Amino acid sequence: MNWTFTHIPDIALAIWQHLVLVGVSIAIAFAISLALGIWTARRPRAYAGVLGVTGAIYAVPSLALFALLIPLVGLGRVPAIIGLTAYSLLILVRNVATGLREVPPEIVEAAEGMGFGRAQQLVRIELPLALPVIVAGLRIATVTVIGIATIAAYINAGGLGALVFAGIDQRFAEKIIVGGLLTSLLAIGADFSLSRLELRLRAHRAA
Amino acid sequence: MLLDAVRWIVDHPRIFLDALETHLLLSGAALALAIALAAPLGVALTRYPRAAFATINGAGAMRTIPSIAVLAIMLPFLGIGFKPSLVALTILAVPPILINTYVGVRQVDPDIVDSARGMGMTGLQSIFRVELPLAAPVMFAGIRTSAVQVIAGATLAAFIGGGGLGDFITAGIAIMDLPRLLVGAVPIALLAILTEFAFGGLERVMFRRG
Repeated sequence: MNWTFTHIPDIALAIWQHLVLVGVSIAIAFAISLALGIWTARRPRAYAGVLGVTGAIYAVPSLALFALLIPLVGLGRVPAIIGLTAYSLLILVRNVATGLREVPPEIVEAAEGMGFGRAQQLVRIELPLALPVIVAGLRIATVTVIGIATIAAYINAGGLGALVFAGIDQRFAEKIIVGGLLTSLLAIGADFSLSRLELRLRAHRAA
Repeated sequence: MLLDAVRWIVDHPRIFLDALETHLLLSGAALALAIALAAPLGVALTRYPRAAFATINGAGAMRTIPSIAVLAIMLPFLGIGFKPSLVALTILAVPPILINTYVGVRQVDPDIVDSARGMGMTGLQSIFRVELPLAAPVMFAGIRTSAVQVIAGATLAAFIGGGGLGDFITAGIAIMDLPRLLVGAVPIALLAILTEFAFGGLERVMFRRG
């Protein structure tokens, strides 16, 4: 454990880079998914199309997806963020659309009857009611992307994966273990805090 | 560029097919091993609730360890090559199958199991003739998850000398040979998408869930 204790700043930097990669990707993906989810929630054919495309992207192994982006945008954080954003779309779009669809039609009708416009209905009634399902999607997407982001280190995007790859090059188990376990801890932490948020939102809705 | 990649494959069919074969062999063997390990263990766990709680949570936590770390950690202990890659991929494929087998068997209505036993079936007969068939759709969903994950994981075997199509990607990035990169990336992407859709189709045919 000698290496770990003498390299705390390097490890902290790797954690920070990892969090930035994940945070930026999830934020961009969330904005896109919100638009796609709202658009497809009541359009079954568009929904099937969007899910087919995002599902296919989701199936592509991360190393291959990053590699496919290199001829287009080169190495570094840009292809990493594009790739991680693309991965998050399937889960996020699905949950936004599902959440919106689960809003009881009576409530939507009541809002219409009260003279709410389409946009007002969406922002003030439907999205708040869909929020627990949307947050569940954010949780699953975040946990998934935290794991995949380790591969981004191979295309020079930094993060905890850089420790793992350095460990491979130097045959140094400690770096591999530290990189792997910290990634796992980040994922478990994200899972825990977002599921707490989800529970609180559900309780709030039930009250 | 894509054309250059196709030309490379046409010029080096032996190298490409060998890599493809290694990729498929590695994935198939890991998936088969994982099913052989995880399915019996998943069923056994439904009989031991306390061990089940710890094991299922452990399997859930293991899924958060990135694939590359699981492969990499083989290196200091088992060295490089096919065998450490196979061990790592099997470890990666176990949790989804284990969790889904356990959940699937647990979901079977206890009344049905009771009546199977009442009809004179032994414990094993009840498992094979009643519980496993009823748990099959959930189990299969786990196998599908593992299969796609193993195809992706096998890409990373290139980092520990396990071979497979990932070799072309690492070589392509190392010398910035973009066509070479595509020789790996495009077939891997297609293989993964094909696996996803093939298992999805199989799921629909086998269990006809609309």
